[in-house]
Amino acid sequence: MIEDWQNAGFAIYIHWPFCEAKCPYCDFNSHVSQFIDQSRWRRAYLSEIDRLGREFPGRTLSTVFFGGGTPSLMDPDTVGHILERIRATWPISNNFEVTLEANPSSSEVGRFRALRDAGVNRLSLGVQALHDDDLRRLGRLHDVEAALRAISISQQTFPRSSFDLIYGRQGQTLSAWKSELDRALDMAAGHLSLYELTIEPGTMFAKRKAAGKLNGLPDEDLAIALFEETGARTAKAGIENYEVSNYAADGNACEHNLIYWRYGDFAGIGPGAHGRLTVNGLKRATTEPKAPIPWLKSVENGAGEALIEDLGPEDQADEYLMMSLRLTEGMDLDRYHAIAGKSVSQSEIARLEELGLLQSGENGLRITTKGRPLTDAIVSSLIAAG
Amino acid sequence: MTDLSHIRNFSIVAHIDHGKSTLADRLIQMTDTVAERDMKEQMLDAMDIERERGITIKANTVRIDYTAVDGEQYVLNLIDTPGHVDFAYEVSRSMRAVEGSLLVVDSTQGVEAQTLANVYQAIDANHEIVPVLNKIDLPATDCDRVAEQIEDVIGIDASDAIRVSAKTGVGIRETLEAIIHRLPAPTGDRDAPLKAMLVDSWYDAYLGVVVLVRIMDGVLKKGDRVRMMQNGSVHHVDRIGVFRPAMTVVDQLGPGEIGFLTASIKQVRDTKVGDTITHEKRGTDKPLPGFKPSVPVVFCGLFPVDNAEFEDLRDAIEKLALNDASFSYEMETSAALGFGFRCGFLGLLHLEVIRDRIEREYDIDLITTAPSVIYHIYGRDGEVTELHNPADMPDPSTIDHIEEPRIKATILVPDDFLGDVLKLCQDRRGIQMDLTYAGSRAMVVYDLPLNEVVFDFYDRLKSVTKGYASFDYQLLGYRTDNLVKMQVLVNDEPVDALSTMVHRDRAEQRGRAMCEKLKDLIPRHMFKIPIQAAIGGKVIARETLAALRKDVTAKCYGGDVTRKKKLLEKQKAGKKKMRQFGKVEIPQQAFISALKMDS
Ligand SMILES: Nc1nc2c(ncn2[C@@H]2O[C@H](COP(=O)(O)OP(=O)(O)OP(=O)(O)O)[C@@H](O)[C@H]2O)c(=O)[nH]1
Ligand SMILES: C[S@@+](CC[C@H](N)C(=O)[O-])C[C@H]1O[C@@H](n2cnc3c(N)ncnc32)[C@H](O)[C@@H]1O
Ligand code: SF4
Ligand SMILES: [Mg+2]
Repeated sequence: MIEDWQNAGFAIYIHWPFCEAKCPYCDFNSHVSQFIDQSRWRRAYLSEIDRLGREFPGRTLSTVFFGGGTPSLMDPDTVGHILERIRATWPISNNFEVTLEANPSSSEVGRFRALRDAGVNRLSLGVQALHDDDLRRLGRLHDVEAALRAISISQQTFPRSSFDLIYGRQGQTLSAWKSELDRALDMAAGHLSLYELTIEPGTMFAKRKAAGKLNGLPDEDLAIALFEETGARTAKAGIENYEVSNYAADGNACEHNLIYWRYGDFAGIGPGAHGRLTVNGLKRATTEPKAPIPWLKSVENGAGEALIEDLGPEDQADEYLMMSLRLTEGMDLDRYHAIAGKSVSQSEIARLEELGLLQSGENGLRITTKGRPLTDAIVSSLIAAG
Repeated sequence: MTDLSHIRNFSIVAHIDHGKSTLADRLIQMTDTVAERDMKEQMLDAMDIERERGITIKANTVRIDYTAVDGEQYVLNLIDTPGHVDFAYEVSRSMRAVEGSLLVVDSTQGVEAQTLANVYQAIDANHEIVPVLNKIDLPATDCDRVAEQIEDVIGIDASDAIRVSAKTGVGIRETLEAIIHRLPAPTGDRDAPLKAMLVDSWYDAYLGVVVLVRIMDGVLKKGDRVRMMQNGSVHHVDRIGVFRPAMTVVDQLGPGEIGFLTASIKQVRDTKVGDTITHEKRGTDKPLPGFKPSVPVVFCGLFPVDNAEFEDLRDAIEKLALNDASFSYEMETSAALGFGFRCGFLGLLHLEVIRDRIEREYDIDLITTAPSVIYHIYGRDGEVTELHNPADMPDPSTIDHIEEPRIKATILVPDDFLGDVLKLCQDRRGIQMDLTYAGSRAMVVYDLPLNEVVFDFYDRLKSVTKGYASFDYQLLGYRTDNLVKMQVLVNDEPVDALSTMVHRDRAEQRGRAMCEKLKDLIPRHMFKIPIQAAIGGKVIARETLAALRKDVTAKCYGGDVTRKKKLLEKQKAGKKKMRQFGKVEIPQQAFISALKMDS
């Protein structure tokens, strides 16, 4: 019998917690630090890989993702050592995907080449906007020109390449976003991440919003129009919505992120990294210490894990539902039943289908285009009904 | 046992927060009744809810030994009373047990509505009254003005009012001296047959029912066999004592003394407050007049949020009722809310206190339905029924007419706010009975329907007068009016718990306000929801709650699973506080807030 995670695969996430500057909208675990002892960090990552290799030997590894923070600031040599150690620890799948997040401001050609040579085969660039004023308002260190250059170098250097944009920005009109998006689609190499700006609690933007100093954010009508327009334009360009905020041409979806959404197993290495790893049939949720130095110390003392919790069938099933319904392909009801030992509430499915928000068939369940902007509400009502 | 001439019994009465309990603290402290290290603020307010809200709910008795300036030894029994109008009954019965009152008036505030109400009760009980002007340590104190006010408004001599600070202790000695010199000693005959007034009773986990008594005549001893004159039951007294304020056993209690007895009584119900206790043999045959019973005036349904907790709720309510005879309950079923209880309270504060105690002490989440009063329904067949719950309203075609309870409300308010108060009373179908001035304050007396007062009258009064008005009321009686039941339909389903009785002329306005409120209180759903108010089958107001259109997290990767999941769990818990009506979930808070009115 196969374990549930094998439906999706096994992935490793590596978190690099440093950036050149903190963006005012960002609530990722990222810090600005003058002095970073790259070799100490390298030793720590390698030691965690060794530990995980001992605890979870023999699995075929599908993907690695270097996220941040700004991992393009990592010494390419460190990236190389990490990937080398990973290859030595686990068997690697045929189409092994290694993604790294990069900022346009740290994207000299030389560095990209070195990263590619270290084994990175997919780059995800944080472009965020194609307007200089907006980039400044987002606190970005690069301008549009630098972003365009980075996109082009990335596409020449890596077999696969994507970039991120944030929309629903201050004062952004529907027509402005349409032309910006069209420009992005013209440049895209089969993949885009298009995020609606979220005002995350605790960020500088949240403070400014609370003080009434963040003007021109879209109202509900505009936000929906922006989202729908994004879906329509990307589809027309053949780069289709496959997850709430992710768009890809056929075969170009990010395999690593698919493992999250299909609820596979993943190890999280680095400050604040989370993991989900199946142990004796139970899904183990792991969390590493959030702050950089405590993480290093904890690893140097033997293990990076700060918190371990075994998830019961119900929690697992809820997580599976919550993650998989974000995907256009939706979820597998049989798989849900196998995890939970019970079915998703039929009456709730029927109710949501009647509203045109959900569509079921052949044991699959997916959120319709109409339901997409209500993803969270749908998920929570399915979970509450279960 | 103390000689009658050396006993003084008195209650401390005042408007809420004027400092009764703090004054009691100082009297206890200055007479060394309690060791210094055991003193704490408002030490007589022992219940959690009293300490938390900083108010007195239950009257408390303390016996103090006082050596007067002239060297004589006195025994003082003081009863600290609650100030809030809901607990006025506690004050009135306490007064029956004593001969005098300290009337505390906050010298920064002056005479307020409960000051008046209490004075009238004290006069009714033939009390000697000693006015005490409190809080003279505060900069805003104005004793001369307040003394004048007492004379003008109340009509009692305030020239020798004692000026104290219950906070700093200034004037406490003078207060003690005034008690012995200005209040009368009790009278009574120790050789006459026992006649003891049953002032109060409550359940104690260790001792069973504890009965507070005031001995009028005769002597009560441990081991006596006593009879409750109302029901004739006989009990063996196994313990008698006094409060210092801890329970302290004594051998006997004689005329004029206040203390407690225990007699292996199981239920508070078996002890009728106001009853006369006498000896089984050679008892008196002349019972004391007794007290007017306290009657619940505000009713509402209490339902467990989680239906599985119904039995726990029953248990909690029974336990609370054991100690609170003024709180009544009976089982109720609601189509939407399941099983619960229809409960009667002395007022809204009483309701809140009981609800809080159930939620906190028994850990049961509650849904509270619309507060209501008792209507008298006169059927066409000549029969009269009491309606405690709008949901039970009979078919209107069978009704001849409906009567509702009216109150006499007394409001004291600074001139500046008089207009707002009059408007509020007028809006609530009030009829002005009196309007007088004392200095820059007005005293307004209104005849008001009780049901217009129970929802939020007090809140509104506080807000239109910035907290400067005070309010007291008494029931006047019943009067016919054009009353109808207004139903609320959410997504076309009637929500029985939101049904209210309203005056026909106000129904449209109320209905509109209610629909608008609910529109804000019910979270948006994935479909649009009509909200309607109706009388009989006729819709009189309507709002539409638009459908939720957007609720989606933009970024959700591996590291976000845990956080998102926690959020979902919180929502799930939140849903437990909701009630399902057809396809719509209504939060518990909506049941309370929807009924508060803004005009
Ligand atoms: N400054 C000052 N504050 C006082 C004085 N006496 C009482 N207070 C404060 O007034 C508030 C109310 O005092 P309480 O003694 O609880 O009043 P109460 O009359 O017993 O109130 P209820 O029992 O709720 O009617 C408390 O915050 C006291 O600390 C005083 O002489 N001076
Ligand atoms: C870890 S960050 C990107 C990596 C890289 N440090 C960068 O900023 O280019 C991943 C992406 O999330 C998106 N993002 C971050 N904060 C966001 C927010 N508050 N609202 C919407 N999208 C956000 C941005 O598009 C960002 O590129
Ligand atoms: S958005 Fe990217 S660069 Fe900006 S602070 Fe966040 S992780 Fe760092
Ligand atoms: Mg008090």
